[in-house]
Amino acid sequence: MTRTLAPLGRRHVDVRGHSRFGAYTVLSVVDGDGPAPDPGQFYMLAAAERWGGGEDERPFLPRAFSVLRAHGDGTLDFLLEDVGPGTRRLCELRSGDGLFLLGPLGQGFAPVRPSHPTRRPILVGGGVGIAPLAIWRDTLGAGALVLLGFRDGAHAEGAALIPGARLATDDGSAGHRGLVTDLLAAELGCDARAEVYACGPPPMLEAVRALCAEHGVPAQLALESGMACGYGACFGCVVPSRDGYVRLCVDGPVLDAADLELVA
Amino acid sequence: MSDLCGIPLAHPVVNASGTFDAIAARRAFGDALFEAFPFAAYVSKTVTLQPRQGNPPPRLWELPAGMINSIGLPNKGLAGYLAEDLPLLAELPVPLIVNVMGSSREDVGRLVAAFAERDEVAALELNVSCPNVRTGLVMGADPRELGALLDHVRPLTDKPLIAKLTPNATAPADVAAAAEAHGADAVSLVNTLRGMAFHPDRPGEPWLGAGTGGVSGPAIRAIAVAQVRDVRRRTGLPIVGMGGVQSGRHALDLRRAGADIVAVGTESFRNPLAGSAVAAELAALEQGSPANPRVPEGRSGTPMFVR
Repeated sequence: MTRTLAPLGRRHVDVRGHSRFGAYTVLSVVDGDGPAPDPGQFYMLAAAERWGGGEDERPFLPRAFSVLRAHGDGTLDFLLEDVGPGTRRLCELRSGDGLFLLGPLGQGFAPVRPSHPTRRPILVGGGVGIAPLAIWRDTLGAGALVLLGFRDGAHAEGAALIPGARLATDDGSAGHRGLVTDLLAAELGCDARAEVYACGPPPMLEAVRALCAEHGVPAQLALESGMACGYGACFGCVVPSRDGYVRLCVDGPVLDAADLELVA
Repeated sequence: MSDLCGIPLAHPVVNASGTFDAIAARRAFGDALFEAFPFAAYVSKTVTLQPRQGNPPPRLWELPAGMINSIGLPNKGLAGYLAEDLPLLAELPVPLIVNVMGSSREDVGRLVAAFAERDEVAALELNVSCPNVRTGLVMGADPRELGALLDHVRPLTDKPLIAKLTPNATAPADVAAAAEAHGADAVSLVNTLRGMAFHPDRPGEPWLGAGTGGVSGPAIRAIAVAQVRDVRRRTGLPIVGMGGVQSGRHALDLRRAGADIVAVGTESFRNPLAGSAVAAELAALEQGSPANPRVPEGRSGTPMFVR
């Protein structure tokens, strides 16, 4: 499978803007010299200044983020949630601040297979994992059904990033009260001629994998794992596949669900 | 030009074994990697006789100034390496140093003998941070163990043998002296220091899948400087010094401590071109004269450990 290659070396780029969507922050950066990423590819990000000195004197390593959207002028959007010293520092960045960026990295979503021309794409996202689905939805067009799950109303405000999405929240504050995989199960129960693309927390991905396997629906899952480098050097981001451990940074982050026995 | 055991190097900065996968990096960056390869020689990840899957995840833990890894030396094994990796690594624009590890002298001997015949390989680095299954002693932590290992493998190759010393030893300098006495051509140090972290949500449970791992990064730089200096006082062998190098200044410190060549490890995770940056900064500091480096003046006044 082809992938867009990253320029060798991290780039020093400027933050263009910062906007809030409930519990989430969208960080926009100007990457004028970088190539346009494939949907599902990711970047390693680190603040150019004061990277370190937060909680536990961290962060030290850059952080991996799937691209939320790539604009024609080289602007890249990333979806952040403040959950630790790295994401906290990135959420602090404002227009004009400097950022180190490496990417685009990894293998993104593959185009809908020609062998399944009648299958409709269903995009399933959970929490901050909705990020790669936005750029993939932009590519697939309005024919794609988007199902998003969030824990509560503040997080569900992130749904505004993907127009037309159907919602589920754990607390019922927006859309269906329950899990996004309830929505997926209902869809596949009505019509299993679908192809599923999913990104979210491991329990959600495992439920998506199991549902798709049950219905014979092909699925691509964008996984997350802590990684130090993003380009295959550290061997830290492995997940078990049917062929043994694979590195999410170079073999993923998008994997074919059929290659996984279990998402844990 | 620099030199390591007669291998000409374009500059004195190489990678630490296991911190840069040139094959994966080529998948990420394409042929640009070969046009601007960040190291003067490429040291491969450890090769073992049999394939290894590596340790169960999680494999990484971030520290205030570094990280702990418990990767577990995943590799395709000798046969897989020779068939799949070596042809790709032979295309690199720099000399190839292959790092090998075995759990007995005989295993290491088989690896050394296999690579002795390969023209693609410029030198061998012996990862001796592994216990000998017969004696239970970590080969690189005990001077007699390392001496016996070298006695076994030295006759098997004319290629330079670099002993990668472990810092998890009572006296690494004694081990280095044994390496010299038993025929090693160089020593490299430091490997990672053993460490562990607890799971943030499960009291008393280790975070890393393998329980413990190796600490690397700036956190261990001062230890590396001290151990390189200790080893330099005991041996005339070339030294590949490493441990937390992030800049030319850090490389210069290791050179002043006695290292001839400097390796960049963890910093490559943060910046794939860290090796090139360190080499350029080191060259600017040394101005072509390692004996008389031109070091920038301090900002003002007397140097202080706090400012």
